[in-house]
Amino acid sequence: MTAGATPDRPDEPPQMRIVRPYALTGGRTRSGASDLPIETLVRTSARGREVGPKLQLEYRTIAEMCEEPLSVAEVSVHLGVPLGVARVLVTDMSEQGLVDVHKGRTDRPNQALLERVLHGIRDL
Amino acid sequence: MGFETSNDRGAPAAGDEPLQPVKIVISGGFAVGKTTFVGSISEINPLTTEAAMTSASTGVDDTSKVQTKTHTTVAMDFGRISLGGGLVLYLFGTPGQARFQFMWDDLARGAIGAVVLVDTRRLADCFPAVDYFEQLGLPYIVAVNCFDGLQFHEQQAIREALSVPRDVPLVFCDARERTSTKESLIMLVEHALSRAE
Ligand SMILES: Nc1nc2c(ncn2[C@@H]2O[C@H](COP(=O)(O)OP(=O)(O)OP(=O)(O)O)[C@@H](O)[C@H]2O)c(=O)[nH]1
Ligand SMILES: [Mg+2]
Repeated sequence: MTAGATPDRPDEPPQMRIVRPYALTGGRTRSGASDLPIETLVRTSARGREVGPKLQLEYRTIAEMCEEPLSVAEVSVHLGVPLGVARVLVTDMSEQGLVDVHKGRTDRPNQALLERVLHGIRDL
Repeated sequence: MGFETSNDRGAPAAGDEPLQPVKIVISGGFAVGKTTFVGSISEINPLTTEAAMTSASTGVDDTSKVQTKTHTTVAMDFGRISLGGGLVLYLFGTPGQARFQFMWDDLARGAIGAVVLVDTRRLADCFPAVDYFEQLGLPYIVAVNCFDGLQFHEQQAIREALSVPRDVPLVFCDARERTSTKESLIMLVEHALSRAE
């Protein structure tokens, strides 16, 4: 067994301790996390794929399921946690480079984007 | 063609494709067909996510007359439509109760617009949603869910009874029918486009 492969080991190298226990996110509010629009798309980064298996459960699960991009809302459903918790987890992972987030717009979509959407729906 | 060279290299690797989520809000009164509407066109079965809500009880809530902080969750369902080229459209149904307005604000922010569904038997139920989107200035259309079909003269009567502003498109739809839902969404995006110009 490789030393450090288990995130809970107290003697693990610091670089492996890149996540905090899930329990800490319960009820935690974070500036940043609440800014993450609900439709924000989350995709596992190369780094997330690499270290994913060593991560603690919730992060590992997110790294696995976001190989195919999923919204924060979907992450919340598939992980079985409230939206706010999903936001915090995704924000943490994003800060650590484990996932890339593609945010929804906070302003009104512009004309070019609306036209893409219109064509996309017409082609359905 | 601009100075893009990506064509020479073929399609970008899947992991590099830029992603753009967009969303449309599906609103209206209780049991008006929101989830049905979303499910008729979504590529996934509508999912339900829960958001925790903390608020001071005001007495509006019959279950808690005590003036303390209450913790409840509000359920919200949604569907997804991939539109190609990394563009993904999410349809979010608004939680019905007005006291969940914080959630509505969250949903409306950055949205293309809203479809307000109307049940012909309970027209007035759509007014809170109409008022909300009017105040917000978010483009919206009114879609009358014709549960059991409607005669033309009934449609005219409904149009008058609803008295939504003249520039708001009104459509008669069947929330169970994909084609109908698609038409409503197209109408909304066209309306949003006309407002964007
Ligand atoms: N006959 C008929 N029934 C419909 C139609 N649209 C919805 N229904 C039915 O009406 C009921 C309510 O529809 P939902 O889609 O759950 O409505 P909703 O707005 O999501 O309801 P809430 O989320 O509870 O507010 C369901 O039993 C649907 O099957 C329709 O166009 N025709
Ligand atoms: Mg519903």
